[in-house]
Amino acid sequence: MTAASLTAARSFVATPGRPIGSVEGRRAFAFRHAGKRFGDKTVLDGIDLDVPAGQFLAVIGKSGCGKSTLLRLLAGLDRPTSGSLTFGVEEEGYSRTRFMFQEPRLLPWASVVENVEVGLTGIAIGTEARHRALDILGEVGLADRADEWPSVLSGGQKQRVALARALVGHPQILALDEPLGALDALTRIEMQQLLERIWIAQKFTAVLVTHDVAEAVALADRVVVISEGRIALDLDIPVERPRRRGSVELARLEGKILDRLFG
Amino acid sequence: MSLAQRVGKNGIGWLLPALVIAGWEAASRAGVMPASVLPAPSAVAEAFWRLTLSGELIRNIGVSTARALAGFAVGGSIGFALGLANGLSTLSRGLTDTTLQMIRNIPHLALIPLVILWFGIDEEAKLFLVALGVFFPIYVNTLLGIQSVDPQLVEMGRVYGMDRSALFFRVILPGALPAIFVGLRYALGIMWLTLIVAETISASSGLGYMAMQAREFLLIDVVVLSILIYALLGKLADSLARLLERLSLGWHPAFQNG
Repeated sequence: MTAASLTAARSFVATPGRPIGSVEGRRAFAFRHAGKRFGDKTVLDGIDLDVPAGQFLAVIGKSGCGKSTLLRLLAGLDRPTSGSLTFGVEEEGYSRTRFMFQEPRLLPWASVVENVEVGLTGIAIGTEARHRALDILGEVGLADRADEWPSVLSGGQKQRVALARALVGHPQILALDEPLGALDALTRIEMQQLLERIWIAQKFTAVLVTHDVAEAVALADRVVVISEGRIALDLDIPVERPRRRGSVELARLEGKILDRLFG
Repeated sequence: MSLAQRVGKNGIGWLLPALVIAGWEAASRAGVMPASVLPAPSAVAEAFWRLTLSGELIRNIGVSTARALAGFAVGGSIGFALGLANGLSTLSRGLTDTTLQMIRNIPHLALIPLVILWFGIDEEAKLFLVALGVFFPIYVNTLLGIQSVDPQLVEMGRVYGMDRSALFFRVILPGALPAIFVGLRYALGIMWLTLIVAETISASSGLGYMAMQAREFLLIDVVVLSILIYALLGKLADSLARLLERLSLGWHPAFQNG
């Protein structure tokens, strides 16, 4: 991380209006015996998951295990067919849940900054929206690309714009559906560091669905393994940040998760 | 791109027509091409000058252009509106699409006898035929454009809290625009074609009428002049459509280096 980006992160913490610290100890959301069926196919069954505000939760599972469905329930794209999903108290003036997709899903006919402003739909308009969008673009290191079309950006840059769009409304919960899956290995590590830095600064609750166990243990406070629609493992990652990739401790936790996935 | 380069790039398309005209003039002067078959370009230019001075040409171009645009406005708006409605609502599409597809397969010029019986040779007949002709390219391409909008972008818009009108104006309409422009350019071609045929068959003014009158009096230079003017008007309409396209599709990779 460069000195400039560190400064940027700190200035972000100092943004007035966000009651930092007050989120500690409160609940972000809770699934209570939640299930989801499509026709007679049960995708999720009896999910109990209590997530405190500000936690970085990673959800891991094989393809088709129901982890993306869990995220869609959280984002309100689907409703549970049984059980319930409750949210913590909503803060005034902030969007509740933001969703970051596997693909950037930028509007090709809108400039980079206009795409970020999409994240302020119903929250801010006009010059205020433009200012907030430019601020967050600086945060993800793309302030100088604000007026360009998305088609000229690289895959990693597009996904950074998508991250800026998701974060510009200061969501309380950020749901990430394998957003780094399509990036090359180096860009991916860069994006992970960016995500962690902004998460530390903004203190939102992050729910990251991923295939990548190493990514999960590097980023998350807690890892949940889903298998055949149920929670098969719920593991805390009590490792200090900044974390060193490839450390013995992370490798041990990674092994434990892989054993559970394939054991 | 410098001005000279720009002129060169656009000018190259005019090279072939210029060569054809030069060859044609030479053939006429050498007597290879009898004036009763095809008059020399200079004779056509003379006719152009004669009719311009008398005001006849400008008046007829004005009449024809007004007819073309009126028919285009009527048929184009109905086609656009129905394309939008059927693209956005499955109920509307279910109700009307089958009927429209059946009508689409009737060549609209086949309706000319019926149209003359209905409207005589008044303005309504031309308006009706042009409107019918431009309706389908606009309708089909608007519908296609809306149906081909990336559903992932629509879902993104919903997730980010766009209401129906924001979703339409910020996601669906811009996404459909490239296809709508294809329909527009195609419709402009049909517009002139229909009008020429309609005016040739039944009219008391306009370019087609001018050409038919000239045929009666064996003024072959005027006939050729009318045909050339149709070509120029068609090219002009297409250039305008392309200009609009470039202005509104600047985001599209296909238009970024043009």
